[in-house]
Amino acid sequence: MDLNREKGRENGPEDGSGNGSKNSPAHNASRLSDPQYLKELQVKMLKFAQIQLSDHQLAEDAVQEALIGAMKNAKSFGGKSAFKTWVFAILKNKISDILRKRHRTAEVTNLVGNSASEDEDFSNLFDETGHWANGMEPKKWGDPEAELKDKQFWLVFETCLDNLPEKQAKVFMMREHIGLSSDEICENEGLTVSNLHVLLYRARMRLQKCLELRWLEEGKEDYA
Amino acid sequence: MLSCKEVSRLTSLAQERPLGLWERVQFKVHLLICKNCSNFAKNIGLLRDISREHARRDDN
Repeated sequence: MDLNREKGRENGPEDGSGNGSKNSPAHNASRLSDPQYLKELQVKMLKFAQIQLSDHQLAEDAVQEALIGAMKNAKSFGGKSAFKTWVFAILKNKISDILRKRHRTAEVTNLVGNSASEDEDFSNLFDETGHWANGMEPKKWGDPEAELKDKQFWLVFETCLDNLPEKQAKVFMMREHIGLSSDEICENEGLTVSNLHVLLYRARMRLQKCLELRWLEEGKEDYA
Repeated sequence: MLSCKEVSRLTSLAQERPLGLWERVQFKVHLLICKNCSNFAKNIGLLRDISREHARRDDN
């Protein structure tokens, strides 16, 4: 198990192939400053934000802040689709903050479409004795080597990330994609370590289940 | 004896910090006798690898 990752981490292959420069932080960042690409991303973000906020100005502000925020960690991402997932995770959190202020209530904690409640505890996955419930038992995944080269697999994974409640998505990606330490995430997001652990636990439970349902059980052919 | 639900929490926690001695003993003993939680622990480890690769990979 990978315990206590240090803050920040180097990009590039970890197999010692010596081919580090192609996926170096500088290379990643420069690719992501392609104006055409950013323009297209901005359009998609704006469409999404407008639906959620019903206010053009607020939507524009949210998109701008989210893009600027996302660019800070752009060098952690080697590809466009992963970066897009990250950008949208930030955007959804910004929108959620705006909605919360607008309604002035702690009840509005999740966006339309996200169904997690504050006390999500996965009681449907476990029976009353705390064992895995019938039909919910974790499966053997085996070696994912083939999957990691399969475009369809990544589409499924991104869908699973997109389906996470926005706070879970953001902290999960900060931890796993960008490699920030617990302390950094807590400081950034105003969370206690205990809050963070709960969010990460929930994200992992959801992702594990989602991947099993959408990839292992439905069969890869469905996505061809 | 820990329940599978408690072990699922520890599995996630183990990705964040070293488990304490007693936590670790109970955790490992449970994994030895529970195939489901053993699968789960492996899957959570793979999830970390998958996420890392997701960030790293060049799909352009």
